[in-house]
Amino acid sequence: MEEISLHILDIAENSLRAGAKNVEIVVARDRARDLLTIDVRDDGTGMDAETLARVRNPFFTTKHKKTGLGIPLLAQAAEQAGGGLTIDSAPGSGTHVSVTLQWSHIDRPKMGAMADTLLTMIAGHPELDLVYEERVDGDVFRLDTREIKNELDDVPINDPAVLEALRGMLRDGMRV
Amino acid sequence: MAKLTIADLKKIKEDYHQGLREGGFRVKITVHMGTCGIAAGARGIMNTIMEELAKSNLKDVAITTSGCAGLCSQEPMTTIETTGQPPIKYTALTEEKMRKIFAEHVVAGRPVTEYALVAGHETTY
Repeated sequence: MEEISLHILDIAENSLRAGAKNVEIVVARDRARDLLTIDVRDDGTGMDAETLARVRNPFFTTKHKKTGLGIPLLAQAAEQAGGGLTIDSAPGSGTHVSVTLQWSHIDRPKMGAMADTLLTMIAGHPELDLVYEERVDGDVFRLDTREIKNELDDVPINDPAVLEALRGMLRDGMRV
Repeated sequence: MAKLTIADLKKIKEDYHQGLREGGFRVKITVHMGTCGIAAGARGIMNTIMEELAKSNLKDVAITTSGCAGLCSQEPMTTIETTGQPPIKYTALTEEKMRKIFAEHVVAGRPVTEYALVAGHETTY
């Protein structure tokens, strides 16, 4: 996976498969500490201790197939960039995936097209309530689809005109 | 949230209601978005579908994502379901192939058999 934004999409898709109705993604760049941190929280089914212990094994999956590469690939990318990955999860309590990477590390994957990741989630899952927050030192950019939906009334948030407006908003506001 | 105003959203609402079509969805497009699909380019395929949908002005097409379809080497993949027809799985997609599938299958209702792996659960093209 060449971009961090693709890893984030993969983790968020896991949240959807786990029945999440709410997903929060926070991307923070701290120049002083030379850190990029990514947090993905959901209110999906969560994992028990046994599943959690095996989730980094690429040959473990809950999805009735042979491999489960999403978490191992992201953990590897983080570790190669001087960081790491932790997961907090419990049945009924959702899941929190937290990733750190050294921003200046030569092996840190590029952030990539984060707007495309968010629009893919919104287009494919209009029922999802998605919060995306980006922090660059003191500056904060925030997208909360609940606020957009409130203004749209019965217009689906994945209507092409809405997606185009959101693309413009993301293009103007995102900085990482 | 900056750069997207209440007035923008109000205009979108007005336009939406002027063009609204009665009835449910005629077509459902599923982009398979497992780790394998994402690594192979599924997000780009979704972008292409969003672009074509915006250009077409169709109001009866639903798009969604699902997990791995179990054919990782054939990703990126989509499944297209149209009312009254068996679902068609398209494999090894590119942006160009997706644009052709959108024009011929989604808009005109004719499956693009040269890109299709399977129709329904039994018929293989």
